[in-house]
Amino acid sequence: MGINRREFLRIAGIASLWGLGGQAAFEILKPGAIEAQARAPLSQGKKWSMVIDTRKFKTPEDFQRCIDACNKTHNVPKVANVRQEIKWIWTEKYENAFPDDQNQFLPESMAHKSFLVLCNHCTDPPCVRVCPTQATFKRPDGIVMMDYHRCIGCRFCMAGCPYGARSFNWRDPRKFLKEPTNPEYPTRSKGVVEKCNFCEERIAKGLYPACAEASNGAMTFGDLDNPNSEVRKLLKENYSIRRKPSLGTQPNVYFLV
Amino acid sequence: MYDENKIIPMIIVFVILVTFPLWYNLGKAAAKPDPKIDTPVIRQMKEKKCLEPKATMKTTHMKILDEWRHEVVRGDYKRLYTAADGRVFEKSLQNGCMKCHSNKTQFCDQCHNYMEVKPFCWDCHIAPKETK
Ligand code: SF4
Ligand code: SF4
Repeated sequence: MGINRREFLRIAGIASLWGLGGQAAFEILKPGAIEAQARAPLSQGKKWSMVIDTRKFKTPEDFQRCIDACNKTHNVPKVANVRQEIKWIWTEKYENAFPDDQNQFLPESMAHKSFLVLCNHCTDPPCVRVCPTQATFKRPDGIVMMDYHRCIGCRFCMAGCPYGARSFNWRDPRKFLKEPTNPEYPTRSKGVVEKCNFCEERIAKGLYPACAEASNGAMTFGDLDNPNSEVRKLLKENYSIRRKPSLGTQPNVYFLV
Repeated sequence: MYDENKIIPMIIVFVILVTFPLWYNLGKAAAKPDPKIDTPVIRQMKEKKCLEPKATMKTTHMKILDEWRHEVVRGDYKRLYTAADGRVFEKSLQNGCMKCHSNKTQFCDQCHNYMEVKPFCWDCHIAPKETK
């Protein structure tokens, strides 16, 4: 159903552009004209969240597909030097992803497993509290957003985030973009911090996050405030954990284990 | 007491050096900027119309872009811009303006170079592949 709708939106979008042949290429239909034809648009949520079904990630390729989808969509540079790495979504071992939760005798299946992690778009995000310019802020729909125009590169947010979800551009990121860039999305510049944006630019168009789309159903995105959303259903039916819950940041990325 | 044989020539050399930029450029006014709107998309338009009238775009495009970036990134997150005559556009430099003006060097750079303004938009926003 979800995929059908996305397909539909894409086709409707392209078709409407064709139909406007003689006019400007980016002049579009009346606001909502496309969305009105489908079910409730994705662009209206009060608390976006991601549910990652870790049982569905079996091979390294399963992780890589999601990571690549994100990196490609957002022109995330591949910096080989680990100290200068840029990470929007990456894998961690259990003991690093969930350090609060270390039983002495973990099941083998957990102890050696990798977990896909990304910015948690925390409900009470320390990164927002410490940013002196409000370049990092929380949107009403729950997305913790970066305004790269306003970032002064002080990196307080990196110190504030207890999940290492933020990266700093020590060098011009364009030098590290080997693959063809996505011309629809900007790169960043030297001296700014960057991180996962929950694909806010895709949500605005009614599309699902790139990683979720590439995950073959292993990642689900939806509105936590809506009791009928797919994420709520998953959380109701499964046992889930979050990263470092004792810190009180209230992460909005849930892991089914 | 004074070595006028040296001082006078030195003064002359000094004056020539200091005023060099003035007389060197004399009579050579920099070419007036001549932004081109000859791109495939614009060529196809029946009525060659930007968001707003040309005069407004000339004086106000930077303000419009600044407003857009504010609204899209941290304002109301609305991405659609309704022009005075009701046409609707996407508020976006890369996915909006540059779709028509796919000739950055011939359009944007013409005036920016002339005026010596160096907007840092292009440090992040990807300029289009130039099409003629
Ligand atoms: S995970 Fe880190 S960067 Fe993301 S909202 Fe929470 S504190 Fe901020
Ligand atoms: S939600 Fe979007 S930005 Fe965040 S990790 Fe997934 S693909 Fe990347």
